[in-house]
Order: sequence, then C-alpha cells, then structure tokens
Amino acid sequence: MPDTRLFLERRSYRRRRMMDAVRMLPLLCALLWLVVPMMWPNASTDAAPQTALSAALWYLFVIWVLAIAGSFALWRRIRRFDEETAAPLSADDTRALAQTSSGQPRD
Amino acid sequence: MVTLNQLIIVCLAYVALLFVVAFLAERAALRGRGGWLLRSPLVYTLSLSIYCTAWTFYGAVGYAARSGLEYVTIYLGPSLVMIGWWWVLRRLVRIGRTQRVTSVADLISARFGKSNLLAVLVTAMAVVGVTPYIALQLQSVTLSVSIFAAPEAASGQLGQINETSALWVAAGLALFTLVFGTRNLNVNERHHGVVIAVALEAVVKLFALLAVGAFVVWGVAGGVAETVARIDASPIAAWQTSGSRWTALIVVSAAAFVCLPRMFQVMVVENDDARHLQIASWAFPLYLLAISLFVVPIAVVGLELMPAGANPDLYVLTIPLSQGQNGLAMLAFLGGFSSATSMVIVATLALSTMVSNHIVMPLWLKLGAAGAQQSGDVRNVVIRARRLSVIVIISLGYLYYRASGGSGALAAIGLISFGGVAQFLPALLGGIFWRGATRMGAVAGLLTGFSLWMYTMLLPSFGVGVALPATVFENGLLGWGILRPEAMFGITGLDPTVHAVWWSLSLNALMFFVVSIFSFPTPLERLQGAQFVNVFDGTSASARGWTVSEGGADDLMIMSQRILGASEAHAFFAGQAVQQGRVGHPPVPTPEFVQALERELAAAVGAATANAMIGQIIGGQAITVQDLMAVADESAQILEYSSKLEAKSRQLTETARELGRANEKLTQLSLQKDSFLSQISHELRTPMTSIRSFSEILRDMEGLSGQEKTRYASIIHSETIRLTRLLDDLLDLSVLENGQVSLNTMRTNLHDVIEQAVTTAQASSSRDIVLRRRPDSEDMAVFTDGDRLAQVFINLVTNAIKYCDASRPVLDIAVRREDGEVIIAFTDNGSGIPADAQNLVFEKFARLGQGEGDGAGLGLAICREIMTRLGGDIRYVALEKGGRFEVWLSALAPVKPAQRLLPT
Repeated sequence: MPDTRLFLERRSYRRRRMMDAVRMLPLLCALLWLVVPMMWPNASTDAAPQTALSAALWYLFVIWVLAIAGSFALWRRIRRFDEETAAPLSADDTRALAQTSSGQPRD
Repeated sequence: MVTLNQLIIVCLAYVALLFVVAFLAERAALRGRGGWLLRSPLVYTLSLSIYCTAWTFYGAVGYAARSGLEYVTIYLGPSLVMIGWWWVLRRLVRIGRTQRVTSVADLISARFGKSNLLAVLVTAMAVVGVTPYIALQLQSVTLSVSIFAAPEAASGQLGQINETSALWVAAGLALFTLVFGTRNLNVNERHHGVVIAVALEAVVKLFALLAVGAFVVWGVAGGVAETVARIDASPIAAWQTSGSRWTALIVVSAAAFVCLPRMFQVMVVENDDARHLQIASWAFPLYLLAISLFVVPIAVVGLELMPAGANPDLYVLTIPLSQGQNGLAMLAFLGGFSSATSMVIVATLALSTMVSNHIVMPLWLKLGAAGAQQSGDVRNVVIRARRLSVIVIISLGYLYYRASGGSGALAAIGLISFGGVAQFLPALLGGIFWRGATRMGAVAGLLTGFSLWMYTMLLPSFGVGVALPATVFENGLLGWGILRPEAMFGITGLDPTVHAVWWSLSLNALMFFVVSIFSFPTPLERLQGAQFVNVFDGTSASARGWTVSEGGADDLMIMSQRILGASEAHAFFAGQAVQQGRVGHPPVPTPEFVQALERELAAAVGAATANAMIGQIIGGQAITVQDLMAVADESAQILEYSSKLEAKSRQLTETARELGRANEKLTQLSLQKDSFLSQISHELRTPMTSIRSFSEILRDMEGLSGQEKTRYASIIHSETIRLTRLLDDLLDLSVLENGQVSLNTMRTNLHDVIEQAVTTAQASSSRDIVLRRRPDSEDMAVFTDGDRLAQVFINLVTNAIKYCDASRPVLDIAVRREDGEVIIAFTDNGSGIPADAQNLVFEKFARLGQGEGDGAGLGLAICREIMTRLGGDIRYVALEKGGRFEVWLSALAPVKPAQRLLPT
C-alpha cells in the first residue's frame, strides 16, 4: 500500500538521510577514482609534465582512507539509530520502525 | 639459506594446523558452539579476502614493477562494490537467503524460471573461466618453491621439482576440499571448517605482506620519505596508465568481484547475517588497502636491488632472501601459499557445487529412467558427484598449468579470468533489478559475451599461431577483416584488454536487453522475476506453482530422506505437520508445503534440480496464467482497498471542513448576539434615561411654563414611541420566527404596494434620494399580503436612504417576471455590502459597522422571515460595483403552505 505519510519525525528523518549518504558514498568514490585519474597526463599523451607516480599514490590512498572512514562512520551512526529504535518501543517508534523496515525508504 | 626440506616441513606443519583448525570449527559448529566466532562479522570479512589470491600476493608487485599504479585497479573495483553494498550486494544477499541459493549459476537459473539450460551454461562458463585461475595458483606455488630449491638443485632437477611440487600441492588441496567441503550435504551449503581456515589464511597472508613491506620501507629503503624518493627515481616514476585502461580494469574487477563463483560462495552463500555485509563495507576495503599499501615500495626496491633478469612477480620472496632475512622469506612463502590454497579450496568448492547440482544431478535424473522415486540414495549420489567434481576441477587446473607450461605473467592470466566471469554481470544485475529480463535474453547475452571473450581475450592470450592461426590475427575469422580478434569491427589501436572487455560486455548487455524485450517469459519466469526484483517489498507472495493431485506425502518423504537425510527430513515434515495443525500425522501435501519442501531441497541440490525432482513426483508444475492473474488480482485488491480508504479519508476531511465552517459561523453569530444584547440594552437605556429625567423635571421643578411642560411631555412621549417600536420589532421577529403570524392574503396591485412603501419611507426620513421607477412594469396583480410586503419594501427603501454612501443617492426599483415569479430589484448607487458581511446581513442583530445608524439590526431579518412566510425569497446579489436586493414573489399562486393562524 502506498505510504501516504509525507513527513517523518526527526529521528526517522535523520536515519533516512544517513541511508542517502550510504547510497551516495560509492558514487562519490567512483567519481574520484574513475574520472579524476582519466584526466591525468600519461605517457601516451604529449603533455610534457607527466603525473608523478608518488603523487598519484598519495591521491588514491588518501581517498581510500577517507572512503573507509566515511563508510565506518555511517555504519556507526546507523547502528546507533537502530539500537535506539530497538530498545524501548513507544508507539511512535514502532511506526517509524515499520516504515523504515518495510523495504526501501520511499522519499 | 632455507633448505627445501625445511620449507617442506614448515609447509606441512602449516597445512596440519589448517586441518586442525577446520576440524575444530566443524565440530564446534556441529555442537552448536563457537557461534560468536564462526558467525562473526570478522570471520565474514576475512573470508572475503579469498579475493586476494596468489595473483595479489606475488602478481601485484610484478604488475606494479611493469606498469606502475595500474595494479591498484584490481582493488579499487571491489572497494567500490563493498562501499556501495547498499546497491547490489544487499539485494544479492537477501535474495540468496530467501531463495536458498547455492551458487551464482543457481541464482541466475532460479531467476529465469529455474532454467537448467542457463545453469549448465553458467557452470560451463565458470569452469572455463576459473580453470586458468586455479592453474595460476599452482604456478605461483611452484614458482615460489623453485626460488628456494634453485641454489641447491641442478637446472635439470629444477623442472622435476616444479612438476612434483605442483602435483603435491594439487593433491593436498583436493584432499582438504574433499574433507571439509564435501563431507556432508549441508542444508544451507555452509562450510564452517573451510571458512575458518580461509579466515586464518587471510590473516597470515596480510601479516606476511605487511611484514615484507615494513621490512622494505624501514629496513631497506630507510623510511617513508626515502621510499617516496626512491619511487620518484625509479623507472616507474611517471603515471603511465591510459584513461580507458584504468576505467576498464576497475569495471572488470568490480564485476568479477560480484560474479566470481568463489566470491559469491563466501559473500552470499556462507553469509550468516545480512548485517555483516554492512560491517564488511568498511572492513574489507580496509583489508584491501592494507594489502596493497606496500606493493609499490616492494616493486621499486626490487627493481633497484634485483638483477635485471629477475622475475618481478617473486620480489616478495627474493628481496628478503637477498637481504639474508630467511625467517621473513619463510613467512612470505607461507603468505603466498595461503593466498593460493584458500583461493583454490573455495573456488573448487563453489565450482563443484555448481557442476554437481547443474550438470551431474540433472543427467543422473534423466538417465535413471525411473526418476527420483525408485533410485537409490540421492544423498550419496550428490556427495559422490561433488567429490568427483572437486577432483576433476583441480585436475583440470593442474593440466592447464602443465599445458601452458607456466608461461605468462601472473596478472595477465588473472585478468583473462576476470573478463570471463564478468560476463555474468548483465544477466545477474538485469535479473535482480529488471522484471522484464527473460531467459532467452540471458542465454543470448551470456553466449554472445562468452564467445567474444573466448575469441578476443582467452584464445589470443596463448600467442599468435597457438590457439588461433596467424591468418586469423591478420585477416580476421573466415577472412572477414571486421572480425580480427584484436581489432573487432575494424577499430584498431585499442589496448587489447580494453578492447576485449568493451566488446564482450557491451554486446553481451545489448543482446541481453534486445532479446529480453522481444521475447515473452513463461509464467514461472515471471513469478520468479517478480520475487527477485521485489525481494524487499516484504510481500511473501510465494510462487504457488504446484497443483497437488497425485503423489502423496509418502513419495515426497522418501525423496526428501534421500536428499536431506532421514533425521532432517523427519524434522522438516514434523514441523510442517505442526504448522498445518496435524500433530502426529504426516502433513498434507498442500501447495504451500510442496513449495517449502522445494526450497529446502533447492538448498541442497539447486533450484532447477529440486524443481525437476518434485515435478517428477507431483506430476508437473502448473503455473497457469490464472495463477499469475491471481497474484495480480491480489495487488489489484490492495490497490482498490487503498483507493477506497483514500476516498473515505477525503470525505472525512470534507466533513471536518464543513464542521469547521459551521463552527465559525456559530461563533460569529454568538459574537453578534453579544454585541446585539449590549446594543439593545443601550437602545433601551437611552430613551429610559431621558424619560426618567424629564419625568423627574416635570414632577419636581416648580414654575414650569406650559410650553416647557408640553415640550418635556412630548419628548417623553416620543421616547416611549421609540421604545415601543423597538419592542414591536423584537416581538414581530419572534412571532414571525415561531410561525405564529396571520397573513391576510388577497389580490393586490404591486404598484400600489410599492407606492405606499416609498411614500412611507420618504416621509420618515430626512435625507433625499432620487427614485427611478417604471410604473408600467409595476402594474401587475399579485396574490399576497400587501401590508407585509409593503413592510419589506419600506425596510429596503429606508436602508437605501440611510446607508447609500453615494453623494447623490439614487435608488432604482425594477420589476420583472421570470417563469411565473415576480422579481422586484432595489439597486442603489452606493458601494454595496462588503463581501465578508454578505452572508450575514439577513441574520438577526446583524449591523454593518459599529454604532452607525439607529437600527437594531433586525430589519432585514424580519424581511427574510416575512418573505419566507409569503412563499417568496429575498436575496442580496453582489454586482461588479455595489449590489442589489431582490425580492422574489410567486406571481399568482396562493401562499397557503406558509399560512398559519394564531394558536387558539
């Protein structure tokens, strides 16, 4: 049945935005890892100053560390939300839980 | 220097340790203990690291030494997939759990209508794609052994040692897989012993590589800054990778990470808890980061230290050996050994499951003419088939290794393998995201992609003139120039890997899509498609496919015993009987029961085989279009229900709004009443005050002249009249409202009534007003109470005189007839009544503005009551500028219904 509630209480709202972040993170990483290195001058292009390998190494690994940290932080936050929701269930919480657990968030 | 014998002893001890650990884990799992470790997210994450094979361990360094940072694509792809777990992996794991999927072939076959053709196709492709990979592992182990053996053996013996070690490693791996992978038919296809051994090996290989890396950075190079300086000074100091190759490698490694049978095994099949996936989403990229961190330093230092001819693939071993670090070299060897063995074990396990479920079992079912009922113990057949498959697959790997002669860089073979399994991706993703994907489309896409991969990637890799003759490379297949294996469709100049990945994957996806949209799925395909794609919708709209007529519970029981084992089958049947409310009796084979049984069997032998076996007993599956319609009906009912609810709630909202409006009006009326009461008190009080004071003057003052007395008395008199009029009005209204009025209806001329009203109104007011009348149209007879009607007209004319705000007030009185009704319109040239007051003017006590004029706000209320009694109506019509009052009269009809006599 279509969920007709348009607006959520604060906590469910926050959790959904966290899930949005979970969904966006890989896209951001793909952008930084796939698209940016394609723009670097390499041996086959004639551009005189080639990208230094050590610079590329730093770039890729720093993004890697940031991506892992981001993923870890999101996991922590979502787990905390879920634990808070799972603990003492008030009527409001139950409703929010039913909404978040019934498949994909709709907004 | 480490001798070969020392190496063998350490190796055997390590293998013995693995066996013990696996054995203990199996035993703990059997006794239901150790779940905290066996089912922990840590072990899950570590088991994912079978992605990092010997290719990673040795090959990555060689890869970096040859092409710089390109090696890192192999880790970036999987990191992206894991960080993006929400998109694909979450769905795969959920489907794997709900559908009891046993392998990637099983998933694809189950999605496309439990098609055995697809299962066989995917299995065959997986075997072809993964065999070189297994050969690669054997090669890496023998290569590393040869490093240790080289100093002491003559060159002639070296080849002998290589062959022997490859054979022994292959045999040992086969033994381990047989013991822990195929000991029993696990209902969930979970192998705790294997998983825990793989996790242990994951720790060993990470530790070994980190140790070598740390040694190279701090022991040889002398620190981080020095290492960076060495990188800048090395032959690989510049970024060399072209953009297309960079992208293609990341894409193909991401695809392979999802599609590789062994990855699917540990990620989906062995998954115990969907939440582990989210933990692995950061933990596994961390593992990958750690294992690829020191690759470039090791490669750079190796390039610097090692002689020009040294194999860069073995720098991990040769650098510590050349520095005299024998212990470290031994550790590195164990790391490489762990990478190789864990990959072979899990890959073989996954492949053997696929081969036995999708090739051997269907064949066996077909050949045994009597089918599932009469034949012997199916359990043994399945296990035997699996063991046979394990031996065949490892032998294939060994033979491939022998045939290829251990040639080629490790990375090249690994990439070819990745390209092969990546061909599953369109069918896999299409199957779980797109309900329109069909079996025909999947078959077409897989065949296209796979043959292109063979033609452009696998066969050319053997070299010109080996698998493909040189003329094919020159002129294309059958002499067609557009079919040259490294320049398909005449596009030259592409990197061979990019070329092969691009053409095979894109044409694969295109064929999959095009054939899917032009073919029509069978009912079972559509049901399965809906279940796969909507796996998160929470509806357990199960595929009720079985119409159970013949084949009672007994036959099903016999078959289940053969596959699940006697005790498991009894437990399952008892559980189902309890669910049906039949304690102590066998369950009735309802469609739901058969459905559940099929799932249970599918977990052991795969969806297609389970489906076929049950089909043999029950007598054919009968999903009809009606069944599909029934499912559709259900959702239609839900839709209808929800739209009804919506309508109801809309009604409620409407009612609530009306109530709100009524309430507002009531509040307003109550306010008016209050203000009227204070007004009426005021109105009563003013004349009373003057009456009292003037009567006091008359009583108490002496010596008043007659003139003065007369004046005071007349003031008292006129005030009394005002009071009386007010009370009259009130009485009048109350009488009218209670219907206690007597009407004196008779034939009356309208002109006379208007004339009388105008005269009276003008006489009683001081202000002048211009009247416009049309005496001809007024001249008509109406049947009504003339006096009452005149009262209404007087009120309207008086109001116009009193309230018209024009500087030269003009009142237009027009009479017209309309369908047996007479309408008398009073239009003045004032600004009219404000919009917010229009619906209140006929209410009692309504007065426009505060304290203006001397009326009590009863006039129009009385008019309306009178008109109602007379069977007519009075309305206010707002015009563009100002407005007018219209009095409606029934032309001739007597007004009996409204006429009432005074109560007796």
